[in-house]
Amino acid sequence: MAEIGQSPLRASTPIGIGAKAAIAAEKRELKTRWLLVSPAMVIIGLAGVLPLSIILFYSFMSPGPYAGVSFEPTLRAWVFLILEEDLFEETLGLNYAHISIFSRSIGLALGTTVLTLIVGFPTAYFIATRPLRQRNFWLFMISLPFWSNLLVRTFAIMMFIREQGFVNHVLLYLGVIDKPLSIMFTPTAVWIGLVYAYLPLMVMPLYASMEKLDFRLIEAAYDLYASRWKVLQKVIIPLVKPGIVAGSILVFIPSIGAYVTPKLLGGGKSLMLGNLISNQFGTSRDWPLGSALALFLMAMVMIALIVYVRNESGKSAHG
Amino acid sequence: MAELLLTRGRRSFDVRYLPGFTPLAAFCLVALYLPLILVIFFSFNAERSITVFSHFGLNWYEEAAQNTFVQNATWLSLKLAFFATLVATTCATMAGLATTRRKPFPGQSVVYGVINQPLMIPEIVTAVALLAFFGAIKQATNVYGFGYLLLAHIVFCIPFAYMPIRARLQDMDLTMEQAAADLYASPWKVFRRVTLPMMIPGIIAGAMLSFVISFDDVIISMLVAGPGETTLPVWMIGQLRRGLTPQINAVSTVLLVITFFVVWMVFVMTTRKR
Repeated sequence: MAEIGQSPLRASTPIGIGAKAAIAAEKRELKTRWLLVSPAMVIIGLAGVLPLSIILFYSFMSPGPYAGVSFEPTLRAWVFLILEEDLFEETLGLNYAHISIFSRSIGLALGTTVLTLIVGFPTAYFIATRPLRQRNFWLFMISLPFWSNLLVRTFAIMMFIREQGFVNHVLLYLGVIDKPLSIMFTPTAVWIGLVYAYLPLMVMPLYASMEKLDFRLIEAAYDLYASRWKVLQKVIIPLVKPGIVAGSILVFIPSIGAYVTPKLLGGGKSLMLGNLISNQFGTSRDWPLGSALALFLMAMVMIALIVYVRNESGKSAHG
Repeated sequence: MAELLLTRGRRSFDVRYLPGFTPLAAFCLVALYLPLILVIFFSFNAERSITVFSHFGLNWYEEAAQNTFVQNATWLSLKLAFFATLVATTCATMAGLATTRRKPFPGQSVVYGVINQPLMIPEIVTAVALLAFFGAIKQATNVYGFGYLLLAHIVFCIPFAYMPIRARLQDMDLTMEQAAADLYASPWKVFRRVTLPMMIPGIIAGAMLSFVISFDDVIISMLVAGPGETTLPVWMIGQLRRGLTPQINAVSTVLLVITFFVVWMVFVMTTRKR
């Protein structure tokens, strides 16, 4: 009611015709707005939300003989998430293959977050301290590679770090090493690939909070004889903490669910959770286990998102 | 860059300066672009090597263009991206109109949640969920075809189309529409002649982003695609696992140039002074 006459739909009705007409118009407008959002809601509901409930259902079923599921309810898939059956003794033991993939996935995602933060922090600071007119250009330069095809970027990193690649050529030429490093098909290669792929996701939110940095506070700190390190530690980092958290979450989420990068750079021995999930739907033909693994991954991402949302709401409560 | 690196030499005390930050930023930019530049560089190599550059030649582009797998995959990717963009942008435009500029309606936060859902779920999870879901439908109805892949693409394109459209709408106030309505324009006319022309930059930006996102998608396309539905990225990932040839460099270069052009256009359109 307060914003009568603001809506184009309502402005055509003469104002002051009476409360009844206004209420009717309000109802009509609400209906129009629901109608407008309905195509997007139906499509995403049908092919985005509903399939998740299907895999939730499948995770409590038994695997089918060739693929798919047979409809006998069981907790098998959830038990086999971390346990496995010993073929000879028919006892349950820890599934070390799964545990090593989980720990590798979490380790690589955390490692990627840390390294993108170390490289991204100075980069974002550099952009934030440019003259106003240059900032958009630098920001564009950082975000541009992110929009290019992930496969192309992964291919570029493959060419860069492989045994006959650019890095080895340069290092051999400079005499730093005397035989080429074999980084490809190791967790290190996946780590480098993930950092390369998701670095822009760290820089952008960091920049967004550094842009608002009040340099008078830094000047005050220097006036009070703070060292460069103390200024960074006690003034800059606390002020841009929301950006650090946002960037870390934005990098952590796609890293933990990565599929293409470990597949191409990691080889068979550096699989991550994403590859394990897709294998269950492919060669391993264990759809219930694949579904349980997918939901497990989703749960980890949701935890990260909840941390992020808490951080966001905490920020607005203080500011 | 040279000028920026010289800040170290400044005599006056700079409160913004932190030791080592500018070299690290420079390293970051070089590291981001150097691998991509090398991909482009070796696509022009006349020889088969992707390590040693012998002399300039366009033969890898010719070979890629004549490869029927590349032709079919490109055509499928273009078709898919076109239709996915068309539907996703239409849905996103409608949703944008309903969710901006006025008092949020009851349940609007649920609408936000649903629209952004594809961004919050890891792509591999969506992909296997769709594989299971579409598998069940296919078994039950015996209906196959292009529609499944298209639907999957529309879903993850909607949030990307929605973001710039919503941002554009939030920057537009309602005074123009009010003026048109005061001059007895019908609501439809107000929309056609005032609202739509004003929101066009947002719509174009949203459409371009969803085109790029659809055209580049690997994981969902790989798992959802039926037999014979090989998109360009799916063809590429197959090639990359087999071995590296400069043909991939040529295809990658074309993709990079197209993406950079589109993103630059979006950037110009969304940061232009209004």
